[in-house]
Amino acid sequence: MNAMRVVKAGMLTTIQDRGRWGLQSRGVPVAGPMDPVSHRLANLLVGNDADAATLEVTLLGPQLEFEDERVIAVTGAEFEVLVDSKPMPMHAPFVVAAESQLRFGARRRGARAYVAIAGGIVVPPTLGSRSTHLISGMGGIDGRPLRAGDRLPLGDAGHGRCAAPALSHPIQALPLGGASIRVLPGPQREYFVDDALEVLASEPYTIGHNSDRMGFRLSGPRLSHVRGADIISDATPLGVLQVPASGQPILLMADRQTAGGYPKIATVITADIGIAGQLGPGDTIKFQVCTPAEAMTALIAQERALMAVEA
Amino acid sequence: MTDFRVVPAGDSAIVVEFEERIDPAVNARAISLAEAIEGDALAGVRDVVPAYRSVAIYFDPLRTDYDRLLTGVHEHARAAPAADAAAVPPIRIPVCYGGDFGPDLPAVAKFGQVSEDEVIRIHTDSVYRVFMLGFVPGFAYMGIVDTRIAAPRHPTPRVRVPSGAVGIAGVQTGIYPAETPGGWQLIGRTPARPFDAARPDPFLLKAGDAVQFYAIDRGEYGRLT
Repeated sequence: MNAMRVVKAGMLTTIQDRGRWGLQSRGVPVAGPMDPVSHRLANLLVGNDADAATLEVTLLGPQLEFEDERVIAVTGAEFEVLVDSKPMPMHAPFVVAAESQLRFGARRRGARAYVAIAGGIVVPPTLGSRSTHLISGMGGIDGRPLRAGDRLPLGDAGHGRCAAPALSHPIQALPLGGASIRVLPGPQREYFVDDALEVLASEPYTIGHNSDRMGFRLSGPRLSHVRGADIISDATPLGVLQVPASGQPILLMADRQTAGGYPKIATVITADIGIAGQLGPGDTIKFQVCTPAEAMTALIAQERALMAVEA
Repeated sequence: MTDFRVVPAGDSAIVVEFEERIDPAVNARAISLAEAIEGDALAGVRDVVPAYRSVAIYFDPLRTDYDRLLTGVHEHARAAPAADAAAVPPIRIPVCYGGDFGPDLPAVAKFGQVSEDEVIRIHTDSVYRVFMLGFVPGFAYMGIVDTRIAAPRHPTPRVRVPSGAVGIAGVQTGIYPAETPGGWQLIGRTPARPFDAARPDPFLLKAGDAVQFYAIDRGEYGRLT
């Protein structure tokens, strides 16, 4: 089977499909891409299924060599993308020749890029998914980030060449140093003082340096509890803001645990999860409370933009 | 009677909450609801996650008939729970207590002002309920531990707890399925593996199961490993 070789691994490059859904009742975390929109777009551009495994590249990109000719696409964070020193476009499919190397140069904005290869990366799935979950050491290659020397098997590229034209405009605006993120109140809004949502939206929060794929530790206006900072443990959705006794929220991301015991004041809307995934340590988040109708409108608009690529 | 509520958690999940207490009867309702929702196999539903006293339902908002989902939730949540697993024989799990396998056994004995043998007897006497799974794949939160040995967790967690360690945290007991950091009071170790991705059924336990521990010696532990 043809493959792609890892020449340099980059800072944190992991294999991700849409995630290990359906087993959270057994304590299995979902994992999956931090920016699901860019992940899906990358697969669309090369004609893959939406659930095909891509590479998630973090801050510093890898160097990859292809054994056979492939159509690939790079989406998400804006990087200088080179094939054998020749600059290539992002958000557009292109052909890499056999034995050629894909390299990442300077990063301009955003934190995570996605590399989709026609045929997908076909490492053996674990519990139905190829997504790497770093803490439990599951998925990808032995549940770890890529290393130099890894050989990643690629699926049958089929008959498809470049599946879609380059995008005329980005599907989501990449953050530069910070982003505005919309949330819906709850599920435990009543565990906090009456004006807690106003406090949450009052000033930007800064993402701490001990933040990772599990979650972003935020510092900013203190959120006060009225019923203590412990709840009877329950499920922890993607994008939820849990608040321990310190009053400083933690935004739970792709590698979050399945359950937790802190009250959760609000949840990031699905349409803004991708933008949140493009943030990194030191970046800021300005929260904005919205309505369910606004959340749906935003999600439908995003879906339309993605479907236009598919068409 | 509506003694539950449905709370949205963002635009892609709802949480059904029952009474706010750790109680086998309340937990049985949550598990029964989760099973009923799974059984409906409604298009767009991605994951159904029961916890102590709640059920989270994750769905794709663009591909789910939300009204049908809500109607189903209300119908199932009002219904009495199905026959509970507590009625079936417990899953028996061997544990080698004390020594370097149970470094906190002396502390738990001191907490309860009982002998170490008495801690083992109390821990193995009860049939525990699996209330929920979480923390890491296959980790089952079990209870309710006899208050005499319900020692609180360590204020500072251990950096490394070995796979198979059996611990107590207040009225909860559990088995670490993998080497992880952890703050529970470690009283023994089991050769049983709560999680093994390579097994046909990777999970030893599910929410609602009944579990009883029994003591084995070091020799038997070695044979079972």
